[in-house]
Amino acid sequence: MGKPTGFIEFNREPPDRRDPRSRIHDYDEFYETWSEQAIQEQSGRCMDCAVPFCHTGCPLGNVIPEFNHQVYLGNWEKATEVLLSTNNFPEFTGRICPAPCEAACVLSINNDPVTIEYIEKEIAERGYENGWIKPQPPSERTGKKVAVVGSGPSGLAAAQQLNRAGHYVTVYERAEKIGGLLMLGIPDFKLEKHIVERKIDLMQKEGINFVTNTNVGVDYDVQNLINDFDAICLTGGSTEARDLPVEGRNLEGVHFAMEYLTQQNRLLSGQSIPKDELINAEGKRVIILGGGDTGADCLGTAIRQGAEVVHQFELLPEPPEERPDGNPWPEWPRVLRSSPAHDEGGLRDYNILTKQFVGKDKLEKLQAVRVEWAPDENGRYNMSEVPDSTFDTDAELVLLAMGFIHPEHNGLLDQLGVELDDRGNVKVDSNKMTSVPNVFAGGDMVRGQSLVVWAISEGREVARCIDEHLSGATHLPKTFPIIS
Amino acid sequence: MDYLKDIAENGLYEPSTEHDACGVGLVADINGQKSHGIIREGLEVLCNLHHRGAAGSDPETGDGAGILIQVPHELYVQDSKDNNYTLPEAGHYGVGMVFLPPKKDLAENVKAIINKTVDNANMSIITWRRVPTNGKAIGRDARKVQPGIWQFLVNKNDIDITTLEQKLYVLRKQIESQINNMGLPEDQLDYFYVSSLSSMTLVYKGLLLSEQVDQFYLDLQNDTTTSALALVHSRFSTNTLGHWKLAHPYRYLAHNGEINTVRGNINWMKSREPQFASKVLGDDVREISPVTAEGASDTASFDNGLELLLMTGRTLDHSLMMMIPEAWEQNESMPQYKKDFYKYHASIMEPWDGPAMIVAADGKRICAVLDRNGLRPFRYTVTKSGKLVMSSETGVLSIKPSEIETKGRLQPGRMFLVDLEEGRIIGDEEVKETLSNTNPYANWLTDNSIELSGGVSSTQPNLNGEALLRTQKIYGYTEEEIRMLLTPMGNTAYEPIGSMGNDAPLAILSREHQILYNYFKQLFAQVTNPPLDAIREELVTSISGFIGAQRNLFEETPEHCNQLWLQSPILDNDQLQEIKQLNDKGVTSSTISMLYNPVDSDLQTAISDLRNIVINEVKSGTSIVVLSDRGISDNAIPIPTLLATAATHHELIKAGLRTKVGLVIESGEPREVMHMCLLIGYGAGAINPYGAIATVRDLSEQNILASDPTTVEHNYIKAAEKGVLKVMSKMGISTVQSYRGAQIFEAVGLDDEFVDAYFTGTPSRIGGVGLKTIETESIERHNSVFIDTEIAANRDLEMGGQYQWRRNGEFHQWNPESISKLQFAAKTNSVQIYKEFSKLADDQTFYAATIRGLLDFNNSSNSISVDSVEPASEIVKRFATGAISLGSISREAHETLAIAMNRIGGRSNTGEGGEDPVRYQLDENGDSRNSAIKQVASGRFGVTPNYLINATDLQIKMAQGAKPGEGGQLPGHKVDDYIGKIRNTTPGVELISPPPHHDIYSIEDLAQLIHDLKNANPEARVQVKLVSEVGVGTIAAGVSKGHGDVVLISGHDGGTGASPESSIKHAGTPWEIGLAETQQVLVANDLRSRIVVQTDGQLKTGRDVAIAALLGAEEFGIATAALIVNGCIMLKKCHLNTCSVGIATQDPELRKKFAGKPEYLINYFYFVAEELREIMASLGLATVAEMVGRMDMLKQKENIGDIHPKLAGIDLSKLLYMPKAAKNVEIHCTNDQDHGLDHALDKQLIEVFKESINDKKSKTVELDIFNYNRTFGAMLSGQIAKKHGDDGLPEDTINIKLNGSAGQSFGAFLSKGVTINLLGDTNDYLAKGMAGGKISIAPPESSTFKPEDNIIIGNVALYGATGGETYIYGKGGERFAVRNSGGKAVIEGVGDHCCEYMTGGTVVVLGETGRNFAAGMSGGIAYVYDKDKTFHTRFNTGLADLEEVTSSEDIDTLKQLISNHKLETGSEKATHLLDNWKNEISNFKKVMPRDFKRVLEERAEQATRG
Repeated sequence: MGKPTGFIEFNREPPDRRDPRSRIHDYDEFYETWSEQAIQEQSGRCMDCAVPFCHTGCPLGNVIPEFNHQVYLGNWEKATEVLLSTNNFPEFTGRICPAPCEAACVLSINNDPVTIEYIEKEIAERGYENGWIKPQPPSERTGKKVAVVGSGPSGLAAAQQLNRAGHYVTVYERAEKIGGLLMLGIPDFKLEKHIVERKIDLMQKEGINFVTNTNVGVDYDVQNLINDFDAICLTGGSTEARDLPVEGRNLEGVHFAMEYLTQQNRLLSGQSIPKDELINAEGKRVIILGGGDTGADCLGTAIRQGAEVVHQFELLPEPPEERPDGNPWPEWPRVLRSSPAHDEGGLRDYNILTKQFVGKDKLEKLQAVRVEWAPDENGRYNMSEVPDSTFDTDAELVLLAMGFIHPEHNGLLDQLGVELDDRGNVKVDSNKMTSVPNVFAGGDMVRGQSLVVWAISEGREVARCIDEHLSGATHLPKTFPIIS
Repeated sequence: MDYLKDIAENGLYEPSTEHDACGVGLVADINGQKSHGIIREGLEVLCNLHHRGAAGSDPETGDGAGILIQVPHELYVQDSKDNNYTLPEAGHYGVGMVFLPPKKDLAENVKAIINKTVDNANMSIITWRRVPTNGKAIGRDARKVQPGIWQFLVNKNDIDITTLEQKLYVLRKQIESQINNMGLPEDQLDYFYVSSLSSMTLVYKGLLLSEQVDQFYLDLQNDTTTSALALVHSRFSTNTLGHWKLAHPYRYLAHNGEINTVRGNINWMKSREPQFASKVLGDDVREISPVTAEGASDTASFDNGLELLLMTGRTLDHSLMMMIPEAWEQNESMPQYKKDFYKYHASIMEPWDGPAMIVAADGKRICAVLDRNGLRPFRYTVTKSGKLVMSSETGVLSIKPSEIETKGRLQPGRMFLVDLEEGRIIGDEEVKETLSNTNPYANWLTDNSIELSGGVSSTQPNLNGEALLRTQKIYGYTEEEIRMLLTPMGNTAYEPIGSMGNDAPLAILSREHQILYNYFKQLFAQVTNPPLDAIREELVTSISGFIGAQRNLFEETPEHCNQLWLQSPILDNDQLQEIKQLNDKGVTSSTISMLYNPVDSDLQTAISDLRNIVINEVKSGTSIVVLSDRGISDNAIPIPTLLATAATHHELIKAGLRTKVGLVIESGEPREVMHMCLLIGYGAGAINPYGAIATVRDLSEQNILASDPTTVEHNYIKAAEKGVLKVMSKMGISTVQSYRGAQIFEAVGLDDEFVDAYFTGTPSRIGGVGLKTIETESIERHNSVFIDTEIAANRDLEMGGQYQWRRNGEFHQWNPESISKLQFAAKTNSVQIYKEFSKLADDQTFYAATIRGLLDFNNSSNSISVDSVEPASEIVKRFATGAISLGSISREAHETLAIAMNRIGGRSNTGEGGEDPVRYQLDENGDSRNSAIKQVASGRFGVTPNYLINATDLQIKMAQGAKPGEGGQLPGHKVDDYIGKIRNTTPGVELISPPPHHDIYSIEDLAQLIHDLKNANPEARVQVKLVSEVGVGTIAAGVSKGHGDVVLISGHDGGTGASPESSIKHAGTPWEIGLAETQQVLVANDLRSRIVVQTDGQLKTGRDVAIAALLGAEEFGIATAALIVNGCIMLKKCHLNTCSVGIATQDPELRKKFAGKPEYLINYFYFVAEELREIMASLGLATVAEMVGRMDMLKQKENIGDIHPKLAGIDLSKLLYMPKAAKNVEIHCTNDQDHGLDHALDKQLIEVFKESINDKKSKTVELDIFNYNRTFGAMLSGQIAKKHGDDGLPEDTINIKLNGSAGQSFGAFLSKGVTINLLGDTNDYLAKGMAGGKISIAPPESSTFKPEDNIIIGNVALYGATGGETYIYGKGGERFAVRNSGGKAVIEGVGDHCCEYMTGGTVVVLGETGRNFAAGMSGGIAYVYDKDKTFHTRFNTGLADLEEVTSSEDIDTLKQLISNHKLETGSEKATHLLDNWKNEISNFKKVMPRDFKRVLEERAEQATRG
């Protein structure tokens, strides 16, 4: 452990965020640079617990106390080695992870947790700066070929792991760019795209083949993959957005969040969007339906675009500031969480059920009702409308950010004929194989919408299963707990 | 039915773990005048040592007693007249004393064979004489196993009188061998024993109590039985089902102590046998093998060894000096000739190491010797008429004071010789000087022995980069080992410290790769012999020694020391290179590879090939073999180093070549301290751990370690050396030479065949894996380097996870899930979540975590309704929390435990460190914060009469799971004002708890402490806490016989205290094994009914408790889980004071974070109890009492090999064996112990001083006192404390004047207000735990010896005293004022280790001092009269400095104390000093602990600043 008394001497001090008043004028990342001394102090707060809950709180099993220790000692190279051993993409998770590790940090029982995520990012960036993160093509090739369909975090993790094991890997992506939601879904102010490109470039140098603009099952027959590859890895994500089929849903100005966010990312990358397809919040009154991360991404984007006012409505009640009794550490805390975007403006409101979108052709306002939540005799919370609480809010733009229900079934999955589970996700066995032989799946496609860190974890695990399947044994590390 | 044999064959009992201890006594006429009176007096001594012996379940059957006398010629003259046979003249015949099978016909057969053997030896039988005995005088159990007792007289015929003893020795050996091979049924053969066969001496002994010896053996009542010496012995055996033949004295000696290294000594002796060549014995030398009888006790083996040396030409004193050398290596003041003698003899024989007081006699001479540590008491008195009385105690024979010439004690390592023919006592110096000059040892050493020059450089390439990594991977190094073990060793030269026990599975249970070392557990000393303090008493230890070829044991030539002297067993690469190149003075080495080609050979063949190569090398004259694993490649794989070492060692023993060669190990594998210990313990003379050395150097080069490569290498080696020393000292072994090959380990999880083949003689009791698994895992590691593909970003080494939990690393029972579930369940009182927790702990179908996890209940009987099971409120009373001291945990956490346990009627434990008396009062809400169990540990902090009297249970901590055999340290920064007050010490000053209790060096000492505590608080149960290891059952039997009320068997895995990681991991065994062994041994001995058995060690759930009960426990300790319930999250940083949840910390800010509540604990304990009730119902058992010891209700789970294949070899049938004796005796506690308190003089005192106690009225009483009046004053003090707390009574309220020799623990726990004046002397443990009052001791007026030159008190005085004054007009023994924290004392002279571990109080020594004064002394002040200015040479500079006595404060204090001394004792020395005060004051030195001085100065400064 770096400093036994670190947590006593130093308070949690994450890097400063840029002033919201200035940062809303650009799409650059939130954070100011962090001083070397501050990082050392912060890593010295780690207690090197003999039972590091952070390490299990992290879906990747990042060995957090060990890299904190190395950072404290100033051994950044060793820290990079520790970090990369469990995480293919610390430069992503160091920026966009909600940090379940920090929620599980032992210090958070009665203190502020260690700034794990920020330290992770610092390690990753030093790894690049110093050339410790570099292409590492396998020394030998197995001759086996694997197709990875979908280039989001899960597919990329799977691809890199499979390539490390010596297999030839080809990644298929339906969009014009590799990276899935990393590239097109997450706004630049959270993850600048050159960060993603840097990794894709590195992976190409490691020998991974990337194929874009190829929607397998739609414009590319899946049979080709079956013929050409020894195994197929499906990592297409959970992309079927939850809709709100109320009156007025078809009015102009009501959009899915993902339509909106991808447009902005494309614009920033220099692409142009036909004017009639453009969704822009400038000068508009905007309502975002959904209180999660995607909603916050929409919020930050709308503010940057110059929205007149932004509301974010959530169906559920406002979470408490502190952990409720039934939600003890180290469980994920069901508390109010604010994204940096919330510092920038916008109004959050809770217990709101949208009843209809009102307008002629174009959206003019949203009509909603207030709801209450109360437990029934089984402890299950039920919703009821508050009598006489209907209200209208003027809006020209509504963004639906209510999550995703399952992967798209049309195309790839239908063509392959893979079995689905009750929730419409791809069903896999304990070795991550689908009902179709040699076809594996991982990521949100299997577990439903989740965090990027879970997607990476899934990708690593499916790669391990595929390698074991192809090679008879595997030396890829196990990412999932042996028993969960 | 031999119940012990039953459990030895079917259960866990290991007969070799049998221990005994004893009282030894000798009476002799120095002038060699034979008389019957000497025998009578010897027997009187024996009777006065009664309390040092013991009896078992039959109070009339002793553990054994006996007497050795000179052959009583007059008796046989009379007998020959009565029975009509011709007797040769005195000395011309031998007398054999034999035990024969009781069956007549068999006895006749035996006699016939003896007759024939005598004839064949050209001697003849004069007569067979049935020894007259009185069968009514002995106990029922003794009678049951009584042999036929006969003497046969042997005519020497033509044999030269000077060789008669040798011939008789050979004759006895021949007889033994003939009888052993005559085909007697084993149980009958067991009776046969030759007690003695000699023309000089005769031994009468048996399964007797002291007072029965002469009542039984009528010869001893016969006036014609005369002798000039009587050597007597009274035995305290840990088991009861004794044998007649196990009584002492043996043929030459009586022994009080324990030879810890006996396994190694026997092995070494065995391998010397083929080299035997004796001029004295000639061809007969072939007849004497084996020298030691198989299965003989340590003392019997020692006796055999001594006899061998005597019979081959050495004298008694010479032989004993070889076998029990003084600590000479680090003794700067020892004359060089003596050092040379010892060093030379080190090339011939290793020491027989362990606590020992030995008195040996060959008929003409008597020689007594004490071990180098002086761990046994030994007092003597010489009378003016030339009589010598020596014994474990003084006062064993009443002698008029005016008759006494001198009173003395034997000092550590010293010798005492009586030559009955010369008629004089020869002192240590004269004996040794004479012996040291028998040969020019110094020249021999200079000319013939060699040492490393240091001028050679290693030719091996420096391992780094890929090559180093390969080595690390092949040997299974982990990132964790490097980070947690090697890094601190390289940085600090110390082994790393951890805390909170070990919850990872045993090697055999683990799914992870395990290197062979991990299957072994260190053994450690508890009760029957003390561990040592290798830090504070370093001067008695040594890690240096010879390696090379030994020569004929019976000769002494210059060439004997043609060997290599090594300063340390850990070698760097250069030193190894020099050894590899040796060819000098007959010392040659050759290097043999431990590598083999896995394609051509399997491991078994490779070992056998290696063995053959080594044997051939040794036969061709190589004297040092280096086993090396350098040169690993894709087709060269190493035999695991430990396996190669042990296999070679044992093969050499078998071939009789072991002593012809030294083994040196060059290996990349060993890195931990435990690895070094195992290699040495299985025969390695030295180790070059080049892999570990390269690793630390590499860490330095990478800047991960702070210092340069050379320094970190040096640090690493230092840490390893200190670590080895520490592990040895846990077993009470002082020298590496004796530790080598001593096999002080137990295997857990290795199969019998494997152990027998390569680790012969190592206990292994639950089966396990064998060669195949070891081979497979080793090949897998090899493949990981040479065959498997590299995966980018994978870590180079495995992550580890033994010490810290890691996902997908080693399994830990305490993991994020189990910790959070338990905390949540207890906090919210949710049974459902508790059940989820207990399922996590109990369900071991994937991860085997514990032995109990491999057990199932036998649900064959009829289940009953849960409602008919006793209520949980009754069950929770059987629960206790652990001994966690205030100091190690915060006040908040400590008191929460106490409140919770008191609310439910369970028991919390103070831990070591006293308790705030405020807690003895109830809180306003009725809660009590008084801990029911008050611990008495080796530091004795805060152990006052008030503390003792407020206990429900008093727990003597002999060992603790996390670090059995070790002491503890509380760093100064943890001793705040509050802690300091409670511990009676100065805040800010470091506190040290010694490894041993300095009043428990043996089982009879434990009985004495139990007696002391029982006196101080007769209402309290006395508990004895032990840690599971092989033989713990035997010790538990000793505890039961020593009148302990409760014995606690702790598992190795529990334990919350800070401890070296190697102890946490590698010492002790699971409680399941220790508990089952304890139950079996107690039941087989019928000792179970009088003692409660408690167990602890990671108990968590109702199922755990159920299994503990069925295996034999009736009470259950839960510590770790209790802390976790209160918020502990297993940070395992207790030793750093940085516990983030306010438990294991004294930091006021962190303490505020404590969030535990008594309610949480109560919830949890009820969950456990309710869960237990469900199991009880399913088993059909309504009460816990019915469950205890029902091993038959448990079975091994079927197909455990399905969990993982390594488990397939496990066999728990020995563990689950229900002893046959269970049918006839109680298997749980049904009775109370008889503590014999009724005889205590204190009973009278309490009566006499009733008014003084109640109304503080002053009164004086005069009494006589004897050595069997033990623990005088303690019961009285307890009663005073009950009424007045530690404030006691006003000064001089109770005045007691005594005459005589007081027994042990005189004035123990004395309260304020009691004044005792003794005219006479006392034994050990004077003023133990004294809290106040005054004691003065002076010789009676009629005595004429000079008090300041004579010993009048025993060893270990003022141990743990917290106050009071003691004035001694005479000298004391070893360890005066040890761990004193408040007592004031004046004494006229002391032995070694005075003021050791002292933390407070004032000691004045007016005369001679021994060595190692002030070792570990962190507080208090001593003034020493140092007229000849030599005191500094005997002073330990570790923690204290010497100053002049100049300040007026010092001078006043000193003068006051000396004046008191004069007043109280009339000391002439005091008078003289006071009369010449001005001149004499400058002759005093002040001993001032540095830390103490700093704190005092800081305080003074604070005070002046206001």
